[in-house]
Amino acid sequence: MAVTVTRETMLESWEQPSFWQRLTIRDGLWALLVMAGSIQLWWLYREYMDGYEIAIQAGSTLALIAWGWYWKPARLFTLAVAALAVLALWRYGTDYSLRQSDFWLKYFLESQVAFMWMSALYVLATVTYFVALFSRSEFIGKTATALTWIATVMGLSGLLVRWRESYLLGTDIGHIPVSNLYEVFILFALMTALLYLFYEDRYRTRAMGGFALLAISGAVAFLLWYAFDREAHHIQPLIPALQSYWMKIHVPANFIGYGAFALAAMLGIAYLLRSGVEAHWPNSLLARVLPPLELLDDVMYKAIALGFAAFTIATILGALWAAEAWGGYWSWDPKETWALIVWLNYAAWLHLRLTKGWRGTPMAWWAVIGLFVTLFAFLGVNMFLSGLHSYGSL
Amino acid sequence: MNQTPTHPSNRRHTLSWVLLEFFGSMNLAITLLVLVAVASVIGTVLQQNQPYPDYVFKFGPFWFEVFRWLGLYDVYGASWFIGILAFLILSTSVCLYRQVPRMLRDMIRFRTNIQPHSLRGFHQHVEWQVVDHDLDATQDAVTEVLQKRGYRWRARTVGDHRVVAAMKGRYNRLGYLFTHAAVVLIGVGGLLDGNLWLKLKEWHGEVVLETHDLAVRDIPPASRLAPGALPAFRGNVMIPEGTAASFVFVRARNGFVLQELPFAIELKDFQVAYHDTGQPKSFLSQVLIHDREKLGDHPLEATIRVNHPFTYRGYSIYQSDFGDGGSVLDLRAWPLTVASLKPTEIEAKVGGSLKVARPGGTLILELSDFRLFNLLPESDAQPGERKFRNFGPSFGFKLRDEGGQAWEYFNYMAPVKLEDRWFFISGMRIQPSAPFTYLHIPADPNNSPERFLRFNARLHDADWLRTWMANFAPAANEDSNLRHDLERVRVSLVELFAQGGSAAVLERAKAVVPADRLQEASALYLNILRDTLAQVFIEVLREEGIDVAQGVGEREEAFFNDALSALSALPAYASPFYLQLASFRQVEASGLQVTRSDGVAVVYTGFAMLIMGVFIMFYTSHRRLWAWLAVEKGATRLLLAGTGNRHQTEFAHEFAILRAMLEQRLGTAEAERSTTTPSSAVPQAY
Ligand code: HEM
Repeated sequence: MAVTVTRETMLESWEQPSFWQRLTIRDGLWALLVMAGSIQLWWLYREYMDGYEIAIQAGSTLALIAWGWYWKPARLFTLAVAALAVLALWRYGTDYSLRQSDFWLKYFLESQVAFMWMSALYVLATVTYFVALFSRSEFIGKTATALTWIATVMGLSGLLVRWRESYLLGTDIGHIPVSNLYEVFILFALMTALLYLFYEDRYRTRAMGGFALLAISGAVAFLLWYAFDREAHHIQPLIPALQSYWMKIHVPANFIGYGAFALAAMLGIAYLLRSGVEAHWPNSLLARVLPPLELLDDVMYKAIALGFAAFTIATILGALWAAEAWGGYWSWDPKETWALIVWLNYAAWLHLRLTKGWRGTPMAWWAVIGLFVTLFAFLGVNMFLSGLHSYGSL
Repeated sequence: MNQTPTHPSNRRHTLSWVLLEFFGSMNLAITLLVLVAVASVIGTVLQQNQPYPDYVFKFGPFWFEVFRWLGLYDVYGASWFIGILAFLILSTSVCLYRQVPRMLRDMIRFRTNIQPHSLRGFHQHVEWQVVDHDLDATQDAVTEVLQKRGYRWRARTVGDHRVVAAMKGRYNRLGYLFTHAAVVLIGVGGLLDGNLWLKLKEWHGEVVLETHDLAVRDIPPASRLAPGALPAFRGNVMIPEGTAASFVFVRARNGFVLQELPFAIELKDFQVAYHDTGQPKSFLSQVLIHDREKLGDHPLEATIRVNHPFTYRGYSIYQSDFGDGGSVLDLRAWPLTVASLKPTEIEAKVGGSLKVARPGGTLILELSDFRLFNLLPESDAQPGERKFRNFGPSFGFKLRDEGGQAWEYFNYMAPVKLEDRWFFISGMRIQPSAPFTYLHIPADPNNSPERFLRFNARLHDADWLRTWMANFAPAANEDSNLRHDLERVRVSLVELFAQGGSAAVLERAKAVVPADRLQEASALYLNILRDTLAQVFIEVLREEGIDVAQGVGEREEAFFNDALSALSALPAYASPFYLQLASFRQVEASGLQVTRSDGVAVVYTGFAMLIMGVFIMFYTSHRRLWAWLAVEKGATRLLLAGTGNRHQTEFAHEFAILRAMLEQRLGTAEAERSTTTPSSAVPQAY
């Protein structure tokens, strides 16, 4: 199939306008809206912020504007999340106990409830994506996408609400909800979902959806066990080592990496499945409906490259933080060391692909194995090893 | 495609060529990456830098030696690990040395000397017969389109044809340079900040690790380093409130060296704040820096908190630990193994030691620790739930006999409520790595261990027992002989019990009763013992002034049972006294970490380059295009081909746009396309 270039894109491309010329009125409005919201937030919460945190907020504001310019669906998403979070904050006022009596909080907005919605919707979306894959129904596919979007909105607004809730518990308890295993698992699910949705939109295909969402459903299963069996969902005050603005950037950067690596691994599984099915049953339904190999290989590479870039930043931020908290930028703490192992692993993967031109099955296997290395860094270290990262254990 | 023509020369076989080839090879690099990863895994799975006896305990003497020789207790400081890192740096440097000139050339050169057949070999190429435009006009069209798409180009006429070579995004090549130079920088900086310097000094014999736990003034000069001797180090020191230190201990393997500082740190105050739940909220040290040379008589004030270190003269000072700085404890030693009930009052300092007499010689009492709070998980807390209870102040001490054998104890000051009853709890262990076993002494209604201790003292008082037994006479049997025998049995059973617990009683039964009647006799012995103990206990209660005419209440009965458990455990407790903390004056100490890392600037430069490099490498692409033009059969033959070093699908899209633009510019009708290569199915990305 040849690359299709419509007359419009061609003419649009004829004069390659500069980045700024390509921005529309809507883009301008978006920027204004985000800035206004950000300033409002700053005004409300400025007493809790130090200089670094104001800088982080300014940076995040610019990043959010750029994100909305670069990927349009991000805007509606952001607005929906903001709307829910604002509604929750308004319902709460300053009384945390309202979570048990206020209708909106009790059934939709309280962070714990929002996470339950998120969990249910992600699992539903996973099933729906697979149904769409086999039935080849456009409508069911769209439903799956919508479910994923809504789940992500619920999850992210839940995190924002939880942030506020922690302050309602006590101003000296308040902190960004990326401080323990329970909270970062939610972050992990959200990052993976957003990355997936981005590739779904850019590649205009839903064939990868079931696989990507399978990783998220796995995270949801863990989350539910962790909450119900281990009661890990309670908001806890921060230990002194975590009381730092670095946490606000180090942790999210890490989870872009983890999410991207998880996505790559799931695509690796789809790749191995498809190539196996093609070899043995080339005429089967499965061989026809599974995502094409070329697509999987390409997205797998993109995800790993993005994950590697994010993980590089995260590890460096971690080192800078360690230089402030632990007395040195590198202490060979188990978590730190495993981050290095993950990084080296993907560096080797990228080398082989880019300089030796490795493709296909071996790289797919490697991406899958890479997930286990990543999972060990993420979970195994907390479970089996002890160290300075007092981040929560099982 | 980036291959520059190789010169056939005999350079290939020289030694330097072989070395370059070896060190710069991708396979070596990947092998080294994997080796670092594997070594790192070992270092995380095997807990590093633990006391050596723990390892002996874990692996046995043979494997302990093997692992020690391999440096596995400090993998990241082991020579072989540092060697691998050095190799990785070398290999990456060689790689850079070999690649960079080629990449720089690649950034500058347009490669106009290309042949049509190689262009047709590209994945992306297309050919036209342009009827309407002559050579110049076609070239103009091509360059115009290229320019509009942001390409830079060069044209060259060779004989009867022309070549237009163009490129875009050549800075992608800098990505490689940045990332790999960053690896070298970070590696070198990291090595400089590591324990390399100490290792060098050890090799030179300039310093010897001290492996004994000595007082600072006893540390020999061979294990001391003058200020500035180590350009990079990480050391720790505990400073009690109100005192100062001008040195830190730098740990290495199973020992340490003392690194002197060019200034002194005085701890004015150490504060811990807690949340309502009992979890610590903040640790904070208020210090004064004394530096006669730089500050004269005006010390510098500073506050050091977790996440907020203080840097002075290139030394960073961190809040890393806290402990006791020599609290003064008023202790009451209640004898446990003699009839006396009079406690000995002791005043002692944490960190100090004193001699105590005991029946068979002397013991050394070393006070090792005092804690104001003890937050322990609530016994009814679900796993994972964080419910804490404050058990109040506690102190730790060791009892060491003449042979050096030490027993370690850990006592709470206040009684602790367990299952609705109150106990004085004392933990004991012999192995430092073993968990404590606990003695639970029941507390009496006055919240004191006294009733139990009096009970215990009575049991050790054979004379008293005998007299009491003779006078006390719920005589069931008038036969005075029999009664006398029974008394003897009772007293000796109590004595046995007091010396060795129930176990000693059973032991005795075994020794004197034939095997076939053992079970019956043991039961009888225990019955008599228990009965006697109960009567002694009632006597103890009576002495307390409690009316026992109507029998004892439920509470006393529970106390009695708890007391029996405690008495049974006493022989293994191994201490001749129970140490009770009467009062204390706390002196805290702050654990500070002092570091010096001059390599940090190099490493941070490396960080910045790494981030830039990675993004340049992944998100830009070096794209090259060529147009080959010639006059053929009255028309202009135009061959367009191109390649990008990243993102083939995106390049296919780009190529399609260029092609469409050219066709429009040249007029599609006239341009007769002859060949084209299908490109991938993926519509559009990024
Ligand atoms: C710790 C050591 C190293 C690390 C972490 C590292 C990292 C990387 C990374 C992340 C890439 C990106 C892949 C890409 O997009 O091109 C890369 C590319 C590359 N690396 Fe390494 N590298 C290391 C050592 C080496 C060594 C020793 C060599 C020499 C054989 C080497 C040769 C290359 C080459 C030729 C490329 C492709 C550059 C390009 O085509 O633009 N690397 N490296």
